Amino acid sequence: MHLTKEEERILNGELGEGTQKALELLVAIGDAYNAEKMIPISRAHAASSGQEGDLYFVELLVNGGARCRVPTSTNPVYDIEYFDRKFDVPKDEGEVARRVMEAYKRVGAILSWSCLPYLAENIPLYGETVAFSESSATPYVNSVIGARTNREAAQSALAAGIIGKAPKYGLHIKENRRGTHLVRVEATLKEEFDYTLLGYHVGKRIGYGIPVITAISRRPNTEELINFCAMSNVSGAISMFHMPGFTVEASTVEEAFQGDTPKDKITVADQELKRTYEELQTTSGKIDFVMLGCPHYTLRQVEKVARLLNGKKVQDGVSFWICTSATTKVLAQRIGYVDIIERAGGHVVVDTCIDEPCWIAYKSKVGMTDSPKCAYYRRFKEVIVGRLEDCVEAAIKGKWK
Amino acid sequence: MKSSEITLKCHKIIGGYGEGEALVSHQPICFYLTDPKTGIVRERNHELAGKNLANKVLVFSSGKASSVVQIDGLFKLASHNVAPKALIVKDVETVLVVSAFIVKIPLVDRLEKDPFEIIDTGDFVKVNAERGIVTVTKREL
Repeated sequence: MHLTKEEERILNGELGEGTQKALELLVAIGDAYNAEKMIPISRAHAASSGQEGDLYFVELLVNGGARCRVPTSTNPVYDIEYFDRKFDVPKDEGEVARRVMEAYKRVGAILSWSCLPYLAENIPLYGETVAFSESSATPYVNSVIGARTNREAAQSALAAGIIGKAPKYGLHIKENRRGTHLVRVEATLKEEFDYTLLGYHVGKRIGYGIPVITAISRRPNTEELINFCAMSNVSGAISMFHMPGFTVEASTVEEAFQGDTPKDKITVADQELKRTYEELQTTSGKIDFVMLGCPHYTLRQVEKVARLLNGKKVQDGVSFWICTSATTKVLAQRIGYVDIIERAGGHVVVDTCIDEPCWIAYKSKVGMTDSPKCAYYRRFKEVIVGRLEDCVEAAIKGKWK
Repeated sequence: MKSSEITLKCHKIIGGYGEGEALVSHQPICFYLTDPKTGIVRERNHELAGKNLANKVLVFSSGKASSVVQIDGLFKLASHNVAPKALIVKDVETVLVVSAFIVKIPLVDRLEKDPFEIIDTGDFVKVNAERGIVTVTKREL
């Protein structure tokens, strides 16, 4: 791999040990992919988490003097003080989370603690070269926005944010952004949850690749695209897709494949989505809690919940949670949605996600969610997956069907 | 009878030296689905289910699963001193590079011959990533 004089100096430790380690990691990744050189990036998103591996690396860099050179946002962890008042989070787990959050602050990151940084706190532009980890953010940034990022790990994205560069390989190169699979959607896509099921199904069918999705009858909205991105990376690894006419990089199917022929063609009809829905359920009946906001709910989704819960009460013995970003919560509070949800007995919690150890109290419980991603990474026992509206209805009744 | 040594060139990704008994997996590996205290593979229906990764030279097709769990999985094994001594992989990807980098385990790919044809579980393997050389001593049958 070709390295500049400045890069050589960093590798020799002249800018400190933290920066040296960050570049060493990027060079190792570049070597793995035979990258010719490093290219500048203008922003990064580190998929931080309250886990030991993440803590070790961010502390190694920051204690070695490293600081972010370009805007670098962070993924959900959890506020131990908030959760300690509600559940008994094991002391050592809580300490890991606290130290992770402290270390990202010291390294100079944008403390968004959000999995949708591209909506508010750290927004790439079309054609921008970036390093975004978080498996649901990577495809959104590549496909919907048309910026360029590889499928990064938290650590490689943080290292890129510190160096301000990433190795040039994979999705940074135009030819590698062409479609691999043709997906014809015959199913009717009416609402968010249909895109949730579509994403889960397409990820499962394709596994690894760049699907080109056709025959969609109307323009998908932000939430529908977010769901497609998130769910296709639970059942598969889809770092980019094209929806010609709706996503930005290709306006026709031919353009999406860059003249190549598809490796495979699949058709998705209503019955496939119905089967996907059925596969996701592990139980039915009585529920202990509802968990929404995986990925983080947008303001529009919080508004929808507030409208459905207005003047109602969540059933006694059922907990009701919405995970969102601090940015969204501020607006939701200002508008009055949070008040409505809290009056109904629900909680709107920021900076966290279902895949964090803070939810230990639900280990043996039954939860309902609108997110197969939440179901997959769940730290609880049984799960029912349904539409947002179904989840709210179940919370009020205390059971689903 | 003294068994013979086979020397193969390889491509270094993470440097260092590690040696041990080979453990071969044709299936991708998720380090999170192992027992962090012992190194025993817990993933149901995996060809290595019940086998122990601790101190082995792992020869495998690729990594799998989300970056968070994969990295944390290998990190926990290393904290309990039950991580593999070296990794020989066929299809490398970013998350695997990050995982090996963090725990400082040598990682190589592109052996001059297909590792699945040359190396069997139980062979003794030395991985000198720094020099780009893998040495295999076949297990005596």
